[in-house]
Amino acid sequence: MRPDAQAPGAPSTGAQATSAQQDGALEVAVLVSVGRHPVTGRARRADQDARGVELALSLAGARISLLHAGALDEESESALRGYLGMGFSALTLVEQLPGADVVPALADRLSAARPQLVIAGERAEQGEGSGMLPYLLAERLGWPLVGGLAAVEKVENGVATLLQALPRGQRRRLQVRLPAIVTVDAAAAAARQSAFGPAQRGEIEAESAAVEWDEAQPEWNVTPARKRPKRLKIVKAASARDRFKAAAAKAEGGSGQVLTDVTPEQGAEAIFKLLKDEGVLR
Amino acid sequence: MSEIVRRDPRREWIARNRLHPDHERVLAELGQSAGHGMAATEWMGPNGVIRKNPHAVGFIGPNGIKRIDRSGVQQAAAAGRGAGAGRKAAADERRQVTIEAPAFLVAVVPDMPGGRLSSHDRDLLGLARQLADADGERPGAVVAVLFGPGEGSGEPKERAGFGEAGIDRLIVLDGDDVDGYAPEARLAALTAVDGEFAPRHWLFPDSKLGGADLGRRLSARLGERPAAGIWQVERDAACALGWRCTGRGAAGTSDIQRALPRVVLALAECAEPVSETRHAVQPLALSQPLPPLLGRIEDLGQVAVDPAGVALSEAEFILSAGNGVKDWEGFHQAAKILGATEGASRVAVDDGFMPRHRQVGATGTWVTARVYVAVGISGAIQHLQGIQSCDKVVAINLDPGCDMIKRADLAVIGDSASILAALVEMVQRQREEKRDAA
Repeated sequence: MRPDAQAPGAPSTGAQATSAQQDGALEVAVLVSVGRHPVTGRARRADQDARGVELALSLAGARISLLHAGALDEESESALRGYLGMGFSALTLVEQLPGADVVPALADRLSAARPQLVIAGERAEQGEGSGMLPYLLAERLGWPLVGGLAAVEKVENGVATLLQALPRGQRRRLQVRLPAIVTVDAAAAAARQSAFGPAQRGEIEAESAAVEWDEAQPEWNVTPARKRPKRLKIVKAASARDRFKAAAAKAEGGSGQVLTDVTPEQGAEAIFKLLKDEGVLR
Repeated sequence: MSEIVRRDPRREWIARNRLHPDHERVLAELGQSAGHGMAATEWMGPNGVIRKNPHAVGFIGPNGIKRIDRSGVQQAAAAGRGAGAGRKAAADERRQVTIEAPAFLVAVVPDMPGGRLSSHDRDLLGLARQLADADGERPGAVVAVLFGPGEGSGEPKERAGFGEAGIDRLIVLDGDDVDGYAPEARLAALTAVDGEFAPRHWLFPDSKLGGADLGRRLSARLGERPAAGIWQVERDAACALGWRCTGRGAAGTSDIQRALPRVVLALAECAEPVSETRHAVQPLALSQPLPPLLGRIEDLGQVAVDPAGVALSEAEFILSAGNGVKDWEGFHQAAKILGATEGASRVAVDDGFMPRHRQVGATGTWVTARVYVAVGISGAIQHLQGIQSCDKVVAINLDPGCDMIKRADLAVIGDSASILAALVEMVQRQREEKRDAA
């Protein structure tokens, strides 16, 4: 990694970062992207990225910088101003042409600015949307990555305590050494509303960067999402009666164990054993 | 002895005529020739053709009406002692496949939630089989890579389940450092597997349970561009690996069709699970132990979440009450102690004992719990629909004949209040023992 030496492309931000590290504020970079409204298809602030900005705003004593890599046109500008309307005066735009691979440019920018925490959404709402960007950045920068956060509990002495969202509403507590990249789950706090005035007053600071083309993407065939075929229930039965039974069957386990004439204690013990085996008791 | 089959038309006529005074006797005689006390339904005709008597099929039911049982039970009984053996053979007819010298490997990293294969994992293994078996003469082998200390690997019964799911080779990477949330250690282990066995494909479930995270990490490490959200794979000779895939892009709003890459993150129902063959689950091991790794991510364990705050549709453990519950205080207490999310049947909601948003069933919430405990619920069809996708159902009920008992994996017949009280006491006692030991 690049040490404290200033990057040639971004001298001013390098100076900012060092001053921030001196005064002890937590330097947070939020990667924001241009989203796509699921119904109208219009550009908007991406839902998960906005949650990421909200997560950054919830951190005490954080100095937040918004970072976007992409082209600036009318549609994307209105979407990016949506993030400015959450209470920011400026947003850094790393200028990239449509169809470019933004990972090298973003990695250069981040290794120059050296934020302690990078927050990103899980996957983009436009383009490939594979969710690989944070992983590629983490691999390039050599930083640890934690996916699917619900909250950041605290940041102390260069160690962040995080709350990761698991399926079924469960949470897991993790500690990670900074600098780190984290991605935000849909279970994180919903983003605040974007205010129109600050959004218009905010500045989009464009920075030029080298463009690397994404070679593979033009070869793909992209179509609007087709409805996935519903899986048919295939019944492999020899006789007509079995097929009819399978088609008309009520839900039944069949092999269930039935305990009759047992004392409540014996019954409770059997249930307790099952709960224990399934691991739902804590 | 002569080959000619001699017939007695008169006897046959008597056998057909139920009202004939000699009917029973003649029937018994004819049955004897078949070896049983019933009329023969099939015999060799005089011209060497099999003849069937459609009237001899079935039996006279309790109301004097002829019934035909097509389940095969009756015929099997008539066919004699072969019945039981025949059933067993039918259950075991899956073809055993052993691939000794695979041409290539397809690696699958299943999620294994709760230590067993999920339906998503099975679909993924079905996809792996499709990739491995494409060339009938040079079949590949499916390697499953499992993590954790003996997660289902120690039990031979579970291993049989692996074979039926389509696993040829099994790599179990166990140890404390890959247990729990340890993406860095798991990534190092998978990289070691890749270095040693070099599978042609890596398949991961694109699920929140860990497969999506691990797959993306591995592809970033290997420098391979993965295909995410794959739901369809087809043959295409023009592509590098001979396959073409379709996956979701742009948050599920577009379909991307491209050549199948090495690392694949597939959605649920990407392929049919294996059902016709069983495979040899041969263990494989890394030649060198994994080097120790200094992790930068530390797992502090799961956080206790207030079960009442978890949405019913995604709760893992539901304690559900119905009309049979009389002691509501005890029920709420039990839910609190067990750490279960509360659910209710429609009757309990209508009677005002539970809020409407706790109703389970067709008109309420469709739940996906791993364990569903139904207390005093008889199991109306609407309710059973709502719990279709639950893994284990436990029923506590007074009525041994109700539909919920038929659905349940474990049913306890008895008074719900006293059983719940005993269960709560058992859980509390066990927690105290644990606390004393600690």
